[in-house]
Amino acid sequence: MRRRSRLRVVANEALGPYSLIRVERGDIDPGVPGQFFMLEAPGRLLPRPMSLCQAPRGELAFLLEAIGPGTRALAAVEAGDEIHVFGPLGNGFRLDVEKPLLVGGGIGVAPFPYLSEKLGRLPAILGFRSDWHAEAGALVPNAEVVVEPTFVTERLEKGHDVLACGPEPMLEAVRELVPDAQLAWEAPMACGYGACYGCSVEIDGVLQRLCVAGPVLEAA
Amino acid sequence: MILNASGCLDALEAPEVARALDVFVTKTVTPQPREGNRPVRIAETEAGMLNSIGLENPGIEALLADKLPRLAELGVPLWVSVGGFAASDYAELCAALDDRDEVAAIELNLSCPNVDEAPESAAEIVRVCRAVTGKPLYAKVSPHAWDIGETVRAIEAAGADGLSLVNTLRGTTLDARLRPTLSRGTGGYSGPALRPVALAAVLAARRVARLPIVGMGGVETGRHVLELVACGATHVALGTVLFADPDAPKRVRDELAEELATLGSDSVDHLFGVALDTVASGVNSSERLRVARRE
Repeated sequence: MRRRSRLRVVANEALGPYSLIRVERGDIDPGVPGQFFMLEAPGRLLPRPMSLCQAPRGELAFLLEAIGPGTRALAAVEAGDEIHVFGPLGNGFRLDVEKPLLVGGGIGVAPFPYLSEKLGRLPAILGFRSDWHAEAGALVPNAEVVVEPTFVTERLEKGHDVLACGPEPMLEAVRELVPDAQLAWEAPMACGYGACYGCSVEIDGVLQRLCVAGPVLEAA
Repeated sequence: MILNASGCLDALEAPEVARALDVFVTKTVTPQPREGNRPVRIAETEAGMLNSIGLENPGIEALLADKLPRLAELGVPLWVSVGGFAASDYAELCAALDDRDEVAAIELNLSCPNVDEAPESAAEIVRVCRAVTGKPLYAKVSPHAWDIGETVRAIEAAGADGLSLVNTLRGTTLDARLRPTLSRGTGGYSGPALRPVALAAVLAARRVARLPIVGMGGVETGRHVLELVACGATHVALGTVLFADPDAPKRVRDELAEELATLGSDSVDHLFGVALDTVASGVNSSERLRVARRE
Protein backbone atom coordinates (compact mmCIF):
# COMPACT_ATOMS: atom_id res chain seq x y z
CA MET A 1 0.00 0.00 0.00
CA ARG A 2 1.54 3.27 -1.13
CA ARG A 3 1.66 6.21 1.22
CA ARG A 4 3.43 9.52 1.64
CA SER A 5 5.46 10.23 4.76
CA ARG A 6 8.03 12.71 5.95
CA LEU A 7 11.16 10.70 6.69
CA ARG A 8 14.41 11.61 8.42
CA VAL A 9 17.63 11.31 6.45
CA VAL A 10 20.02 8.93 8.21
CA ALA A 11 23.03 9.35 5.93
CA ASN A 12 24.12 10.63 2.54
CA GLU A 13 27.17 8.73 1.29
CA ALA A 14 29.17 9.48 -1.86
CA LEU A 15 29.83 6.52 -4.13
CA GLY A 16 31.87 7.68 -7.08
CA PRO A 17 29.74 10.43 -8.64
CA TYR A 18 26.57 9.01 -7.07
CA SER A 19 24.86 9.66 -3.75
CA LEU A 20 23.41 6.89 -1.61
CA ILE A 21 20.73 8.49 0.54
CA ARG A 22 19.46 6.48 3.47
CA VAL A 23 16.24 7.52 5.20
CA GLU A 24 14.32 6.09 8.12
CA ARG A 25 11.67 3.75 6.76
CA GLY A 26 8.79 5.01 8.91
CA ASP A 27 5.55 3.38 7.78
CA ILE A 28 6.58 3.10 4.13
CA ASP A 29 6.44 -0.31 2.48
CA PRO A 30 9.64 -1.03 0.49
CA GLY A 31 7.59 -2.76 -2.21
CA VAL A 32 8.86 -4.97 -5.01
CA PRO A 33 12.32 -4.40 -6.54
CA GLY A 34 11.98 -2.11 -9.56
CA GLN A 35 9.10 -0.15 -8.05
CA PHE A 36 9.89 3.49 -7.37
CA PHE A 37 9.27 6.29 -4.93
CA MET A 38 8.74 10.02 -5.39
CA LEU A 39 11.35 11.84 -3.30
CA GLU A 40 10.85 15.45 -2.32
CA ALA A 41 13.69 17.51 -3.79
CA PRO A 42 14.15 20.27 -1.20
CA GLY A 43 13.34 23.70 -2.62
CA ARG A 44 11.89 22.33 -5.87
CA LEU A 45 8.23 22.26 -6.90
CA LEU A 46 8.15 18.62 -7.99
CA PRO A 47 9.46 15.42 -6.41
CA ARG A 48 11.80 13.08 -8.31
CA PRO A 49 11.23 9.38 -9.08
CA MET A 50 13.84 6.97 -7.67
CA SER A 51 13.79 3.20 -7.49
CA LEU A 52 14.61 1.65 -4.14
CA CYS A 53 18.28 0.63 -3.96
CA GLN A 54 18.49 -1.05 -0.59
CA ALA A 55 16.09 -1.90 2.22
CA PRO A 56 18.23 -2.23 5.34
CA ARG A 57 16.30 -2.90 8.55
CA GLY A 58 14.27 0.19 9.43
CA GLU A 59 15.58 2.15 6.46
CA LEU A 60 15.16 2.83 2.76
CA ALA A 61 18.16 3.70 0.59
CA PHE A 62 18.14 5.46 -2.79
CA LEU A 63 21.03 5.81 -5.23
CA LEU A 64 20.97 8.91 -7.39
CA GLU A 65 23.12 10.88 -9.77
CA ALA A 66 23.03 14.68 -9.58
CA ILE A 67 22.25 15.69 -13.15
CA GLY A 68 19.77 18.56 -12.76
CA PRO A 69 18.32 20.94 -10.18
CA GLY A 70 16.14 18.29 -8.51
CA THR A 71 18.75 15.59 -8.18
CA ARG A 72 21.32 18.20 -7.11
CA ALA A 73 18.97 19.30 -4.32
CA LEU A 74 18.52 15.69 -3.27
CA ALA A 75 22.27 15.00 -3.42
CA ALA A 76 22.76 17.90 -0.98
CA VAL A 77 20.55 16.51 1.82
CA GLU A 78 22.29 15.83 5.12
CA ALA A 79 21.69 13.47 8.01
CA GLY A 80 18.90 14.93 10.15
CA ASP A 81 17.09 16.61 7.24
CA GLU A 82 13.55 15.43 6.55
CA ILE A 83 12.07 14.76 3.11
CA HIS A 84 8.70 13.50 1.93
CA VAL A 85 8.75 10.06 0.33
CA PHE A 86 5.74 8.66 -1.58
CA GLY A 87 5.48 5.06 -2.68
CA PRO A 88 5.97 2.32 -3.57
CA LEU A 89 4.71 3.13 -7.09
CA GLY A 90 4.45 1.40 -10.46
CA ASN A 91 5.22 -2.17 -11.42
CA GLY A 92 8.47 -3.79 -10.33
CA PHE A 93 10.33 -6.76 -11.75
CA ARG A 94 8.58 -10.10 -12.09
CA LEU A 95 10.50 -12.32 -9.70
CA ASP A 96 9.33 -15.77 -10.86
CA VAL A 97 12.35 -16.25 -13.13
CA GLU A 98 14.40 -19.42 -13.41
CA LYS A 99 17.86 -18.25 -14.44
CA PRO A 100 18.07 -14.55 -13.59
CA LEU A 101 20.82 -12.26 -14.81
CA LEU A 102 20.96 -8.59 -13.87
CA VAL A 103 22.18 -6.21 -16.57
CA GLY A 104 22.76 -2.62 -15.55
CA GLY A 105 24.34 0.53 -16.86
CA GLY A 106 25.39 3.61 -14.90
CA ILE A 107 22.79 4.87 -12.43
CA GLY A 108 20.62 2.01 -13.74
CA VAL A 109 22.29 -0.24 -11.16
CA ALA A 110 20.10 1.49 -8.54
CA PRO A 111 17.37 -1.19 -8.17
CA PHE A 112 19.78 -4.14 -8.23
CA PRO A 113 21.11 -4.30 -4.65
CA TYR A 114 17.53 -4.70 -3.33
CA LEU A 115 16.67 -7.12 -6.12
CA SER A 116 19.80 -9.18 -5.46
CA GLU A 117 18.99 -9.26 -1.75
CA LYS A 118 15.46 -10.47 -2.51
CA LEU A 119 16.50 -13.23 -4.92
CA GLY A 120 19.85 -14.06 -3.34
CA ARG A 121 23.14 -12.83 -4.82
CA LEU A 122 22.14 -12.94 -8.46
CA PRO A 123 24.79 -12.90 -11.17
CA ALA A 124 25.09 -9.43 -12.67
CA ILE A 125 26.86 -7.57 -15.47
CA LEU A 126 27.24 -3.87 -14.80
CA GLY A 127 28.64 -1.27 -17.16
CA PHE A 128 30.01 2.16 -16.30
CA ARG A 129 31.57 4.98 -18.26
CA SER A 130 34.63 5.29 -15.95
CA ASP A 131 36.38 3.61 -13.03
CA TRP A 132 35.03 6.41 -10.84
CA HIS A 133 31.45 5.61 -11.82
CA ALA A 134 32.18 1.91 -11.41
CA GLU A 135 32.56 2.40 -7.64
CA ALA A 136 28.78 1.91 -7.49
CA GLY A 137 29.31 -1.64 -8.74
CA ALA A 138 30.40 -2.57 -5.21
CA LEU A 139 26.73 -2.29 -4.13
CA VAL A 140 25.83 -5.38 -6.14
CA PRO A 141 27.37 -8.63 -4.88
CA ASN A 142 28.50 -11.19 -7.43
CA ALA A 143 28.71 -8.61 -10.23
CA GLU A 144 31.04 -8.51 -13.22
CA VAL A 145 31.86 -4.86 -13.79
CA VAL A 146 32.89 -3.52 -17.20
CA VAL A 147 34.00 -0.03 -18.07
CA GLU A 148 33.69 1.73 -21.44
CA PRO A 149 34.74 1.10 -24.15
CA THR A 150 33.51 -2.35 -23.11
CA PHE A 151 29.69 -2.62 -23.11
CA VAL A 152 27.52 -4.99 -21.08
CA THR A 153 26.01 -6.41 -24.25
CA GLU A 154 29.42 -7.83 -25.21
CA ARG A 155 29.30 -10.04 -22.12
CA LEU A 156 25.71 -11.11 -22.44
CA GLU A 157 25.29 -14.87 -22.85
CA LYS A 158 22.13 -16.51 -24.07
CA GLY A 159 19.92 -18.60 -21.85
CA HIS A 160 19.26 -16.17 -19.05
CA ASP A 161 16.18 -14.41 -17.77
CA VAL A 162 17.52 -10.89 -18.12
CA LEU A 163 16.38 -8.11 -15.79
CA ALA A 164 17.86 -4.84 -17.04
CA CYS A 165 18.00 -1.21 -16.05
CA GLY A 166 20.09 1.52 -17.62
CA PRO A 167 20.23 4.21 -20.28
CA GLU A 168 17.87 3.86 -23.24
CA PRO A 169 20.53 2.82 -25.80
CA MET A 170 21.60 0.01 -23.47
CA LEU A 171 18.01 -1.17 -22.98
CA GLU A 172 17.43 -1.09 -26.75
CA ALA A 173 20.59 -3.15 -27.31
CA VAL A 174 19.60 -5.66 -24.62
CA ARG A 175 16.14 -5.96 -26.17
CA GLU A 176 17.74 -6.84 -29.53
CA LEU A 177 19.73 -9.66 -27.95
CA VAL A 178 17.18 -10.90 -25.41
CA PRO A 179 13.66 -10.31 -26.72
CA ASP A 180 11.96 -11.48 -23.51
CA ALA A 181 14.06 -9.39 -21.11
CA GLN A 182 12.38 -7.37 -18.38
CA LEU A 183 13.47 -3.76 -18.87
CA ALA A 184 13.18 -0.93 -16.33
CA TRP A 185 12.72 2.40 -18.13
CA GLU A 186 12.72 5.97 -16.94
CA ALA A 187 10.97 9.18 -17.95
CA PRO A 188 10.50 12.62 -16.42
CA MET A 189 7.55 12.45 -14.03
CA ALA A 190 5.70 15.14 -12.11
CA CYS A 191 3.53 12.89 -9.94
CA GLY A 192 4.42 9.19 -10.21
CA TYR A 193 0.81 8.02 -9.70
CA GLY A 194 -0.93 8.54 -13.02
CA ALA A 195 -2.20 12.07 -12.43
CA CYS A 196 -0.07 14.25 -14.70
CA TYR A 197 0.32 12.25 -17.94
CA GLY A 198 3.81 13.73 -18.19
CA CYS A 199 5.72 10.44 -18.38
CA SER A 200 3.96 8.96 -21.40
CA VAL A 201 6.25 6.90 -23.61
CA GLU A 202 5.52 4.69 -26.59
CA ILE A 203 4.75 1.17 -25.38
CA ASP A 204 3.55 -1.42 -27.90
CA GLY A 205 3.03 1.36 -30.42
CA VAL A 206 0.89 3.61 -28.23
CA LEU A 207 1.73 6.34 -25.75
CA GLN A 208 1.20 5.11 -22.19
CA ARG A 209 2.03 6.50 -18.79
CA LEU A 210 5.26 4.84 -17.69
CA CYS A 211 4.41 5.36 -14.00
CA VAL A 212 1.37 3.08 -14.15
CA ALA A 213 2.21 0.81 -17.11
CA GLY A 214 5.85 0.43 -15.95
CA PRO A 215 8.52 1.32 -15.12
CA VAL A 216 9.42 -2.34 -15.67
CA LEU A 217 8.14 -3.60 -19.02
CA GLU A 218 8.50 -6.92 -20.79
CA ALA A 219 10.64 -6.28 -23.84
CA ALA A 220 8.71 -8.31 -26.38
CA MET B 1 -16.08 23.06 -2.10
CA ILE B 2 -12.63 21.73 -2.88
CA LEU B 3 -12.22 20.24 -6.37
CA ASN B 4 -9.31 19.09 -8.48
CA ALA B 5 -8.30 21.05 -11.53
CA SER B 6 -9.11 19.08 -14.67
CA GLY B 7 -6.17 16.99 -15.86
CA CYS B 8 -4.43 16.97 -12.49
CA LEU B 9 -5.80 13.71 -11.10
CA ASP B 10 -6.83 10.28 -12.40
CA ALA B 11 -9.54 9.19 -9.97
CA LEU B 12 -9.40 5.59 -11.19
CA GLU B 13 -5.67 5.38 -10.44
CA ALA B 14 -5.98 7.27 -7.14
CA PRO B 15 -9.51 6.80 -5.77
CA GLU B 16 -8.38 7.71 -2.25
CA VAL B 17 -7.31 11.16 -3.47
CA ALA B 18 -10.56 11.70 -5.40
CA ARG B 19 -12.63 10.74 -2.35
CA ALA B 20 -10.92 13.48 -0.36
CA LEU B 21 -12.45 16.04 -2.77
CA ASP B 22 -16.01 17.41 -2.85
CA VAL B 23 -16.12 17.04 -6.63
CA PHE B 24 -13.95 15.14 -9.07
CA VAL B 25 -13.40 16.87 -12.41
CA THR B 26 -12.36 14.53 -15.24
CA LYS B 27 -9.49 15.10 -17.61
CA THR B 28 -10.83 16.87 -20.69
CA VAL B 29 -12.63 14.55 -23.10
CA THR B 30 -12.86 15.24 -26.83
CA PRO B 31 -15.19 13.71 -29.45
CA GLN B 32 -12.48 11.40 -30.80
CA PRO B 33 -9.70 9.60 -28.86
CA ARG B 34 -6.47 11.59 -28.69
CA GLU B 35 -3.02 10.24 -28.06
CA GLY B 36 -1.74 13.65 -26.97
CA ASN B 37 1.58 15.27 -27.76
CA ARG B 38 4.85 13.37 -28.09
CA PRO B 39 7.21 13.48 -25.12
CA VAL B 40 8.85 15.58 -23.68
CA ARG B 41 5.63 16.82 -22.09
CA ILE B 42 6.61 18.38 -18.79
CA ALA B 43 9.30 20.72 -17.50
CA GLU B 44 9.88 22.17 -14.06
CA THR B 45 10.87 25.81 -13.68
CA GLU B 46 11.96 27.86 -10.68
CA ALA B 47 8.38 28.89 -9.88
CA GLY B 48 6.12 26.41 -11.56
CA MET B 49 5.89 23.78 -14.23
CA LEU B 50 5.03 23.55 -17.90
CA ASN B 51 2.94 20.80 -19.41
CA SER B 52 2.05 20.05 -23.00
CA ILE B 53 0.07 16.84 -22.61
CA GLY B 54 -2.20 17.79 -25.50
CA LEU B 55 -5.58 16.52 -24.28
CA GLU B 56 -4.66 12.83 -24.25
CA ASN B 57 -7.99 11.06 -23.66
CA PRO B 58 -9.95 7.99 -24.81
CA GLY B 59 -12.71 9.98 -26.53
CA ILE B 60 -16.34 10.47 -25.52
CA GLU B 61 -17.53 6.98 -26.51
CA ALA B 62 -15.03 5.23 -24.24
CA LEU B 63 -15.75 7.70 -21.46
CA LEU B 64 -19.47 7.03 -21.62
CA ALA B 65 -19.19 3.27 -21.98
CA ASP B 66 -16.32 2.50 -19.64
CA LYS B 67 -14.98 5.30 -17.48
CA LEU B 68 -18.14 7.08 -16.37
CA PRO B 69 -19.74 4.04 -14.70
CA ARG B 70 -16.48 3.27 -12.88
CA LEU B 71 -16.03 6.89 -11.81
CA ALA B 72 -19.59 6.96 -10.49
CA GLU B 73 -18.71 4.09 -8.15
CA LEU B 74 -16.34 6.41 -6.29
CA GLY B 75 -19.32 8.13 -4.72
CA VAL B 76 -17.91 11.59 -5.46
CA PRO B 77 -19.94 14.07 -7.56
CA LEU B 78 -18.53 14.15 -11.09
CA TRP B 79 -17.92 17.05 -13.39
CA VAL B 80 -16.87 16.16 -16.93
CA SER B 81 -14.45 18.52 -18.67
CA VAL B 82 -15.05 18.74 -22.41
CA GLY B 83 -12.87 20.20 -25.15
CA GLY B 84 -12.81 20.48 -28.90
CA PHE B 85 -11.65 22.32 -31.97
CA ALA B 86 -14.95 23.92 -32.96
CA ALA B 87 -18.15 24.96 -31.16
CA SER B 88 -19.88 21.95 -32.73
CA ASP B 89 -17.44 19.61 -30.91
CA TYR B 90 -18.43 21.11 -27.56
CA ALA B 91 -22.12 20.89 -28.41
CA GLU B 92 -21.78 17.25 -29.48
CA LEU B 93 -20.08 16.39 -26.18
CA CYS B 94 -22.63 18.26 -24.06
CA ALA B 95 -25.48 16.55 -25.87
CA ALA B 96 -23.89 13.15 -25.29
CA LEU B 97 -23.50 13.85 -21.56
CA ASP B 98 -26.89 15.47 -21.06
CA ASP B 99 -28.84 12.34 -20.14
CA ARG B 100 -26.13 10.75 -17.99
CA ASP B 101 -27.14 10.80 -14.35
CA GLU B 102 -23.54 10.29 -13.25
CA VAL B 103 -22.66 13.79 -14.46
CA ALA B 104 -23.32 16.61 -11.98
CA ALA B 105 -21.94 19.35 -14.23
CA ILE B 106 -19.97 19.98 -17.41
CA GLU B 107 -16.87 22.14 -17.54
CA LEU B 108 -16.13 23.67 -20.94
CA ASN B 109 -12.36 23.73 -21.42
CA LEU B 110 -12.28 26.86 -23.55
CA SER B 111 -8.64 27.55 -23.03
CA CYS B 112 -6.29 24.59 -23.39
CA PRO B 113 -2.97 26.13 -24.37
CA ASN B 114 -1.66 22.85 -25.81
CA VAL B 115 -3.91 22.38 -28.81
CA ASP B 116 -5.25 24.61 -31.53
CA GLU B 117 -8.20 26.62 -30.27
CA ALA B 118 -11.72 26.65 -31.59
CA PRO B 119 -12.29 29.67 -33.83
CA GLU B 120 -15.48 30.72 -32.03
CA SER B 121 -15.46 32.95 -28.96
CA ALA B 122 -15.92 31.48 -25.50
CA ALA B 123 -19.40 33.00 -25.27
CA GLU B 124 -20.45 31.53 -28.62
CA ILE B 125 -19.39 28.07 -27.47
CA VAL B 126 -21.31 28.50 -24.22
CA ARG B 127 -24.39 29.52 -26.20
CA VAL B 128 -24.42 26.42 -28.42
CA CYS B 129 -23.82 24.15 -25.43
CA ARG B 130 -26.57 25.83 -23.44
CA ALA B 131 -28.96 24.94 -26.21
CA VAL B 132 -28.30 21.20 -25.94
CA THR B 133 -27.99 20.50 -22.21
CA GLY B 134 -29.70 21.30 -18.97
CA LYS B 135 -26.61 20.30 -16.97
CA PRO B 136 -24.85 23.09 -15.10
CA LEU B 137 -22.20 24.54 -17.44
CA TYR B 138 -18.93 25.89 -16.08
CA ALA B 139 -16.77 27.84 -18.51
CA LYS B 140 -13.02 27.48 -17.95
CA VAL B 141 -11.45 30.68 -19.09
CA SER B 142 -7.96 31.57 -20.21
CA PRO B 143 -5.98 34.05 -18.12
CA HIS B 144 -4.62 35.47 -21.37
CA ALA B 145 -7.65 37.66 -22.05
CA TRP B 146 -6.64 41.26 -21.51
CA ASP B 147 -10.12 42.17 -20.29
CA ILE B 148 -11.40 39.16 -18.40
CA GLY B 149 -14.39 41.17 -17.26
CA GLU B 150 -15.64 41.55 -20.81
CA THR B 151 -15.17 37.83 -21.56
CA VAL B 152 -16.93 36.87 -18.36
CA ARG B 153 -19.86 39.21 -18.98
CA ALA B 154 -20.40 37.64 -22.40
CA ILE B 155 -20.15 34.11 -20.98
CA GLU B 156 -22.68 34.90 -18.27
CA ALA B 157 -25.06 36.40 -20.83
CA ALA B 158 -24.67 33.26 -22.98
CA GLY B 159 -26.12 31.16 -20.20
CA ALA B 160 -23.18 29.68 -18.28
CA ASP B 161 -23.89 28.55 -14.72
CA GLY B 162 -20.39 29.12 -13.44
CA LEU B 163 -16.81 30.01 -14.21
CA SER B 164 -13.55 28.17 -13.71
CA LEU B 165 -10.66 30.57 -13.36
CA VAL B 166 -7.94 30.14 -14.46
CA ASN B 167 -6.44 27.73 -16.95
CA THR B 168 -2.66 27.70 -17.40
CA LEU B 169 -0.60 30.45 -19.01
CA ARG B 170 1.37 29.69 -22.15
CA GLY B 171 5.10 29.37 -21.53
CA THR B 172 8.36 28.00 -22.89
CA THR B 173 11.59 26.76 -21.34
CA LEU B 174 14.84 26.07 -23.16
CA ASP B 175 17.25 23.23 -22.53
CA ALA B 176 21.04 23.41 -22.30
CA ARG B 177 21.29 23.58 -26.12
CA LEU B 178 18.85 26.51 -26.20
CA ARG B 179 16.10 24.40 -27.75
CA PRO B 180 12.56 24.21 -26.28
CA THR B 181 12.44 21.54 -23.59
CA LEU B 182 8.93 20.49 -24.57
CA SER B 183 8.48 18.73 -27.87
CA ARG B 184 5.56 21.00 -28.75
CA GLY B 185 7.68 24.03 -27.98
CA THR B 186 5.24 25.66 -25.60
CA GLY B 187 3.16 24.41 -22.72
CA GLY B 188 0.75 25.49 -20.01
CA TYR B 189 2.45 27.14 -17.08
CA SER B 190 1.04 26.26 -13.65
CA GLY B 191 2.05 26.20 -10.01
CA PRO B 192 2.98 29.01 -7.61
CA ALA B 193 3.73 31.51 -10.41
CA LEU B 194 0.10 31.30 -11.53
CA ARG B 195 -1.36 32.25 -8.13
CA PRO B 196 -1.32 36.07 -8.47
CA VAL B 197 -2.70 35.71 -12.00
CA ALA B 198 -5.58 33.61 -10.68
CA LEU B 199 -6.33 36.05 -7.87
CA ALA B 200 -6.47 38.97 -10.31
CA ALA B 201 -8.68 37.05 -12.73
CA VAL B 202 -11.13 36.01 -10.03
CA LEU B 203 -11.24 39.57 -8.73
CA ALA B 204 -11.93 40.93 -12.21
CA ALA B 205 -14.59 38.31 -12.87
CA ARG B 206 -16.32 38.81 -9.53
CA ARG B 207 -16.61 42.53 -10.18
CA VAL B 208 -18.85 41.88 -13.14
CA ALA B 209 -20.41 38.44 -12.62
CA ARG B 210 -22.81 36.89 -10.14
CA LEU B 211 -21.97 33.34 -11.17
CA PRO B 212 -20.27 30.83 -8.91
CA ILE B 213 -16.52 30.84 -9.56
CA VAL B 214 -14.15 27.92 -9.13
CA GLY B 215 -10.85 29.64 -8.36
CA MET B 216 -7.65 27.81 -9.22
CA GLY B 217 -4.02 28.52 -9.95
CA GLY B 218 -1.09 27.73 -7.67
CA VAL B 219 -3.16 26.82 -4.63
CA GLU B 220 -0.94 24.95 -2.17
CA THR B 221 -2.22 25.86 1.30
CA GLY B 222 -5.31 26.75 3.29
CA ARG B 223 -4.26 30.38 3.19
CA HIS B 224 -4.31 30.27 -0.62
CA VAL B 225 -7.91 29.03 -0.51
CA LEU B 226 -8.86 31.98 1.69
CA GLU B 227 -7.21 34.39 -0.72
CA LEU B 228 -9.26 33.11 -3.67
CA VAL B 229 -12.43 33.29 -1.60
CA ALA B 230 -11.53 36.83 -0.58
CA CYS B 231 -11.30 37.68 -4.29
CA GLY B 232 -14.74 36.22 -4.93
CA ALA B 233 -14.28 32.50 -5.60
CA THR B 234 -17.11 30.31 -4.32
CA HIS B 235 -15.13 27.09 -4.80
CA VAL B 236 -11.43 26.28 -5.09
CA ALA B 237 -9.61 23.68 -7.16
CA LEU B 238 -6.22 22.07 -6.55
CA GLY B 239 -3.99 21.47 -9.55
CA THR B 240 -0.23 21.16 -9.68
CA VAL B 241 0.01 20.69 -5.91
CA LEU B 242 -1.62 17.26 -6.35
CA PHE B 243 1.42 16.08 -8.32
CA ALA B 244 3.78 16.70 -5.41
CA ASP B 245 1.32 15.97 -2.63
CA PRO B 246 -1.57 13.54 -3.15
CA ASP B 247 -2.57 14.23 0.46
CA ALA B 248 -3.12 17.91 -0.37
CA PRO B 249 -6.97 17.85 -0.24
CA LYS B 250 -7.03 16.84 3.42
CA ARG B 251 -4.01 18.94 4.36
CA VAL B 252 -5.43 22.07 2.71
CA ARG B 253 -8.77 21.54 4.47
CA ASP B 254 -7.00 21.18 7.83
CA GLU B 255 -4.96 24.31 7.17
CA LEU B 256 -8.09 26.18 6.14
CA ALA B 257 -9.80 25.21 9.41
CA GLU B 258 -6.73 26.41 11.34
CA GLU B 259 -6.65 29.72 9.43
CA LEU B 260 -10.33 30.25 10.16
CA ALA B 261 -9.88 29.35 13.83
CA THR B 262 -7.24 32.04 14.22
CA LEU B 263 -9.74 34.45 12.66
CA GLY B 264 -12.37 33.29 15.13
CA SER B 265 -14.60 31.81 12.46
CA ASP B 266 -15.80 28.41 11.35
CA SER B 267 -16.84 29.39 7.84
CA VAL B 268 -15.30 31.19 4.86
CA ASP B 269 -18.59 32.94 4.13
CA HIS B 270 -17.80 36.23 5.85
CA LEU B 271 -14.51 36.46 3.94
CA PHE B 272 -16.18 36.03 0.57
CA GLY B 273 -15.22 38.90 -1.70
CA VAL B 274 -13.65 41.03 1.03
CA ALA B 275 -10.75 41.89 -1.28
CA LEU B 276 -13.22 43.58 -3.63
CA ASP B 277 -14.35 46.07 -1.04
CA THR B 278 -10.94 47.69 -0.90
CA VAL B 279 -10.35 47.71 -4.64
CA ALA B 280 -11.31 50.96 -6.32
CA SER B 281 -14.20 50.19 -8.61
CA GLY B 282 -17.14 51.96 -10.10
CA VAL B 283 -19.34 49.02 -9.24
CA ASN B 284 -21.15 48.75 -5.96
CA SER B 285 -20.14 45.20 -5.26
CA SER B 286 -22.10 44.42 -2.13
CA GLU B 287 -25.41 43.74 -3.87
CA ARG B 288 -23.76 41.47 -6.45
CA LEU B 289 -21.92 39.59 -3.75
CA ARG B 290 -25.06 38.82 -1.82
CA VAL B 291 -26.51 37.27 -4.95
CA ALA B 292 -23.38 35.31 -5.79
CA ARG B 293 -22.74 34.05 -2.27
CA ARG B 294 -22.42 30.31 -2.21
CA GLU B 295 -25.61 28.34 -2.18
